Amino acid sequence: MSNIPQLLVHDHEDNVGVVVVEGLTAGTEMLCVVTHDNSSFQLTAHDDVPIGHKIALSDIEEGGTAIKYGEDIGKFVAAVKKGHHVHTHNLKTKRW
Amino acid sequence: MSDKIMAYRRENGRVGVRNHVLILPVDDISNAACEAVANNIKGTLAIPHAYGRLQFGEDLELHFRTMIGTGANPNVAAVVVIGIEPGWTKRIADGIRETGKQVAEFSIEQKGDLETIRAASWAAKEFVHFASELQRKECDMSELWISTKCGESDTTTGLGSCPTVGNMYDKLIPQGITGFFGETSEITGAEHICKERAINEEVGERWYKMWKAYQDDVIFAHQTDDLSDSQPTKGNIEGGLTTIEEKALGNLEKIGRECRYIDILEPAEAPKSGEGLYFMDSSSAAAECVTLMAAGGAVIHTFPTGQGNVVGNPIVPVIKISANPRTLRTMSEHIDVDVTGILTREKTIDEAGDDLIEMIRRTANGRNTAAEALGHREFSMTKLYRSA
Repeated sequence: MSNIPQLLVHDHEDNVGVVVVEGLTAGTEMLCVVTHDNSSFQLTAHDDVPIGHKIALSDIEEGGTAIKYGEDIGKFVAAVKKGHHVHTHNLKTKRW
Repeated sequence: MSDKIMAYRRENGRVGVRNHVLILPVDDISNAACEAVANNIKGTLAIPHAYGRLQFGEDLELHFRTMIGTGANPNVAAVVVIGIEPGWTKRIADGIRETGKQVAEFSIEQKGDLETIRAASWAAKEFVHFASELQRKECDMSELWISTKCGESDTTTGLGSCPTVGNMYDKLIPQGITGFFGETSEITGAEHICKERAINEEVGERWYKMWKAYQDDVIFAHQTDDLSDSQPTKGNIEGGLTTIEEKALGNLEKIGRECRYIDILEPAEAPKSGEGLYFMDSSSAAAECVTLMAAGGAVIHTFPTGQGNVVGNPIVPVIKISANPRTLRTMSEHIDVDVTGILTREKTIDEAGDDLIEMIRRTANGRNTAAEALGHREFSMTKLYRSA
């Protein structure tokens, strides 16, 4: 099981990654894989995060832009710390 | 992998993978007669729906296009059309006849339901004898028209099931299949990328105008809030998608890395520019979108899902693909192609694409999909505005 990642990241420019296992708990030292080139890194999760939900890869200020697929996916409406849960409570669309 | 399939060669040369005898109502009030005929004659399929009265203008044209396209689809062997009056009934029957297939039309006024059901049942019985003797013949996989639209998406669709469909298109479009993608509202956030995926600048500009018109005339004209409860949906949000931009970028993974769309289709419009990939202006609601693409002529639909959309279609087999291990654990009866190995890094996108192509081949040869086995026959017409 040790080779199975807990977090996948699309591109190196991304500042969020996706939890791909069920039942991830705060304190887990995650194996993270960048799907673009299969490179990997480690990151500690600081929240319990459900499968499919995102985790911040760095500290991001309120007003910052979330990057996924190397593209803009919205603005942070609250600051988030590295390793914490990113979702509707701190990230909003720029569109409607 | 064999590139030959055993399928039905229709009168107009198109290739179908199912062999339905349809009982098609022109309008909502003819549903009862159609369902009675389908009950009398085994091996037929009625497709009841909610519309067809007092529509006008572009909305009426879309109604006719959807009805005619459904009957004309190569997965259909023959059609009984029933309407309340003869005018629109004939228009739809004649539209389907242009394919060369057998069509019988009946109207209810001045006869009543019972006499109409009697006469239509005789015609339907003859069509069942005809269709049941048709044999599958060897055809090329490249002759298939294959559509895609995802549903109950989550972050795993953008990582796994949508790129699987994209890989399939990257491999099969160059071989000569015709492909459809769409979901106009769900490109929002990735429109700059979608515009660049057109075959040339002229097509890209036309695509952008179509997308912008939808934003301005439909979304901004009718929105009562910021759409955050509709796009993404509640299911999308449960699955971890936060914004429409994020959803759109995952959605667009369905057209792969290489292929370019060659033209833009109206809802339910059949391609006229030859083989290749087409964008159909369409709703992002699953049943509506699949219905429109089936009316455009698609004979197999590939459907990536994250949280587990269960949609099917009466005439087109819908192949479900999922990468979400929770969905495979809790509702595996709905999934035809399990690509969870992409998330565990035990399977590459390239291998998953090959798995999907193999499932398309088996489905074309006759394997019933999960949605077919479970009886999912959602037929949902798109309506543009209120009837007169």
